Amino acid sequence: MDLILPQIDWLPLAPILPVAIGGLAVLVGDLFFPAGRKNLNAILSLASLALSIFVSIRLWGVVRFSINDALVLDRFGLFFFLVIALVSLLTVLLSMGYLDENTPDQGEYYSLVLFSTLGMMLMASGGDLVVIFLGLETLSLALYTLSGFRRAELRSNESALKYLLLGAFASGFFLYGIALIYGATGTTVLRRVAAFLADGKSHGPLLVIGGGLLLVGFGFKVASVPFHMWTPDVYEGAPTSVTAFMIAGTKAAAFAAFLRVFLFALPTLHIQWSAVIWVLAVLTMTLGNLVALVQNNVKRMLAYSSIAHAGYVLVAVVAGGSSGATSVLFYLVAYALMNLGAFAAIIALQGHGQELLFLGDYAGLGFRRPALAACMALFMFSLAGIPPTAGFMGKLYIFSAALEAHYPGLAVIGVLNSVVSVYFYLRLIVIMYMSEPAAERPPVPRSAPAVLAVGMSALGTLQIGLFPARLLDLARQSIAALGK
Amino acid sequence: MSQTSGPILSLLILLPLLGAILLALVEGARESLIKRLALAISGLDFLLSVIVYARFDPAVAGMQFVERAPWISSIGSSYLLGVDGISLPLLLLTTFLSPVAILASFSGIGGRVKGFMICMLLLQSGMIGVFLALDLVLFYVFWEGMLIPMYFLIGIWGGPRRVYATLKFVLYTMAGSVLMLLAMIALAFLHRGATGRLTFDLLELIGGPIPYQAQLWLFAAFALAFAIKVPMFPFHTWLPDAHVEAPTAGSVLLAGVLLKMGTYGFLRFALPLFPRAAAAFSPLISVLAVVGILYGALVSMAQDDLKRLVAYSSVSHMGFVMLGIFAMNLQAVEGSILQMVNHGLSTGALFLLVGMIYERRHTRMIEEFGGLSRVLPRFALCFLVVTMSSIGLPGLNGFVGEFLILAGTFRVHKGFAVLAAIGIILAAVYMLWMWQRVMWGEIRRPENLGLGDLGRREMAILVPIILLILWIGLSPNHLLRKMDASVSQLLGQIAGAPRAELALPLRGSGLQVPRSRLARIAYPIFKSEPSANNRGPFNSELGTRNLF
Repeated sequence: MDLILPQIDWLPLAPILPVAIGGLAVLVGDLFFPAGRKNLNAILSLASLALSIFVSIRLWGVVRFSINDALVLDRFGLFFFLVIALVSLLTVLLSMGYLDENTPDQGEYYSLVLFSTLGMMLMASGGDLVVIFLGLETLSLALYTLSGFRRAELRSNESALKYLLLGAFASGFFLYGIALIYGATGTTVLRRVAAFLADGKSHGPLLVIGGGLLLVGFGFKVASVPFHMWTPDVYEGAPTSVTAFMIAGTKAAAFAAFLRVFLFALPTLHIQWSAVIWVLAVLTMTLGNLVALVQNNVKRMLAYSSIAHAGYVLVAVVAGGSSGATSVLFYLVAYALMNLGAFAAIIALQGHGQELLFLGDYAGLGFRRPALAACMALFMFSLAGIPPTAGFMGKLYIFSAALEAHYPGLAVIGVLNSVVSVYFYLRLIVIMYMSEPAAERPPVPRSAPAVLAVGMSALGTLQIGLFPARLLDLARQSIAALGK
Repeated sequence: MSQTSGPILSLLILLPLLGAILLALVEGARESLIKRLALAISGLDFLLSVIVYARFDPAVAGMQFVERAPWISSIGSSYLLGVDGISLPLLLLTTFLSPVAILASFSGIGGRVKGFMICMLLLQSGMIGVFLALDLVLFYVFWEGMLIPMYFLIGIWGGPRRVYATLKFVLYTMAGSVLMLLAMIALAFLHRGATGRLTFDLLELIGGPIPYQAQLWLFAAFALAFAIKVPMFPFHTWLPDAHVEAPTAGSVLLAGVLLKMGTYGFLRFALPLFPRAAAAFSPLISVLAVVGILYGALVSMAQDDLKRLVAYSSVSHMGFVMLGIFAMNLQAVEGSILQMVNHGLSTGALFLLVGMIYERRHTRMIEEFGGLSRVLPRFALCFLVVTMSSIGLPGLNGFVGEFLILAGTFRVHKGFAVLAAIGIILAAVYMLWMWQRVMWGEIRRPENLGLGDLGRREMAILVPIILLILWIGLSPNHLLRKMDASVSQLLGQIAGAPRAELALPLRGSGLQVPRSRLARIAYPIFKSEPSANNRGPFNSELGTRNLF
């Protein structure tokens, strides 16, 4: 049998390669870095991510298809490369504050972060359902391990196992969906699926069910109700830095693939499934916010809040069209910044010592660590959607997309939800600024990288909140390029 | 629309903002430096606004000092500021009350001065922005963003139930305003559907062809947001809590400026954008306003806490403002705008006075006082003037505003005017009764004997307010004349083709309110059957068309 090797155009791989090579380099380099200098791992990771960002910026505007259309280089993909690499960069920074110098296995940790980043990038740029699946698996496998990184802790183990089992389940759905779509259209390449459907051929139940199964798979990854059950436990148990990475990165990658598949390849299916997504969006927002109201554990609160935010993004997905898709991109950036910022602030506030898990632990921090607490407050206001922050602008675009697409009911439910969410986000601020600490806590050593991550996120949150035009233009260009 | 060169309005907003950043860099322990800096910045902002007032051209109906810069061009939103005869008095009120409130906070904050002053300056910046923004998105950003410093002011420096009060305040306001945000977006899309241009520019949106059914919904959303802020009965329940718990400066700005944002919102946005819906809603809103006037007054009578009493009296006074706005004629609307300023001054001063007495006695319960006029003569004098201003004694500012509102309302609906007039009587009852219980009689508590009278700083806070109260009371025309053109234009926008009762000239009862050329025709205001020969053609120079 002749194996026909496809022509490989390396250009679409250019932003991904630094990450892959960086991951391998960290794995090898860790053997040679002397004990006590283990932060070289992190620095190597930062360098490879920075290189990837640089390449992505240079490639902006280039459109290429590689490996038989299995990999696509376009503005849409590049936009997500930038988002994902930025998320990863911030994650490495805040991890430097979380893992102390003596934490063993730092090489594994950072290389897993990079491999997971690689998976996210594959998902964002996959032009073939199989590549998207590969990306999904690469990302998930790395994250399964990372969430169990604190081996000695029961919660961390539980988190990893739960994530593995449910993640595998979701992968099954996803794969089955791919198989059905292949059965219906004879291909898994998105471009050809789109061409097949554009011919006006009637798509039978196979395709509709296949699309539904993909929806389930994506639903798991973006933690949409009713596929959200794993989220709070996994996010709570995983190391805080990993939780931050999962919350911001996985969601961005999953929505990237979601948009590419549903808006570009299966636009007709999108119309059929949008009633279902409408319901999912409402349930996801409402459940996330209502349950977050009663959480006392900050990580769990942010986990439920991330579910609610997935709901807001789903609102934009339902709205569809270029406005809807643009607002998804915009929102994901805002979302990533404010969540990473919040987690970075948690890490910077707690240092390596005792974890600040419960709301009560934050009492009085507003005046003991004024700068960090002010940033934390900023992230909370942003998550609540109060101007002038990125979160507000993101919601503004999402709800205007919903109104433009004539979904006023959805928009009303969305904004009412964000009023509910104000309560629990402000609760953290109330505790930081308006209640006295129960006991004096020993001062914690300051971690410069984590503080840097907080600062970068805070600047970004404000910048996008005050001058959103530039990011919006980028998002618009990315969407316009999709499918060309 | 006049274009001027200097970005003076941006400066007005930026100055306190930069001041807040400057304060953040000062070491927190240097409290007196921080206080002085905050006062200086805030005072400088006031001087800037006085320049705006002086250079404001009363003959121009449209926006002046307009500044426009691209902001989020892809959704049609721009950085657009401007001031007209409606926002000018409120702008001045804001810049005037802010330094007063800062000066009042030189004592009695109890720590964390730096944070307090930063919040005050941010709040000032946000409040000014609300009154100057002419782009809907920009307005919303200021409107909501301003919640953040107020949230901290009440939550950190407030009384024992401050957390409850501040959350209630934020949640109430948010709940109202998010729907307004949706209505703004929907309005922009409707306008795009009709004209093909997506814009959030208020001046462009006014007069757009919005279908009646849509107007009703959109007006309702806007009205809800503004009614909560005013607050109108039955959305007022956050107000007493927020006022009672807020620190003195917070109460002053809350009553003096924040409440005005609601009424200003009606005038600036809800009425001109949705004129037909406004007309349809006006009976309902007028009834609620009257209910608010009477309810607020009656509840005030039953209060034993001074601050709570003043808070409920705000509900009553703001009812007057709402009634005047929805009478939709020249006197009533101008009276409302004037009354917003009056209420800001008199209620602001009342909160300051209550704060001063609280600092001395650490209680606000009326029963704890009595006979204070003997030990605190200066305090008594100031308190008396302010109380009288709040009641609406002729010669002081409150009278002019209430009189214009009642006179204007009387033309449209006699019943409402009569009921509202009862509110004035009730105001006299609860205010005078309060004054009597606090200031007169025997000193029943030995603690009250040793109280010190107002100091120099306290007089410096109160005297400017009292001078303004007298100035507006004796010659209201300075302010009124600046409003004429803009209010006439607004009424034209509301009415489309103006109706007779919308803009009748007013003259009589010793209170001359010349409308420059408008008032050429003698017209007795209390004449019950205006005959046709009393109505004359309007001077078209003021933007209204000939009526008959």
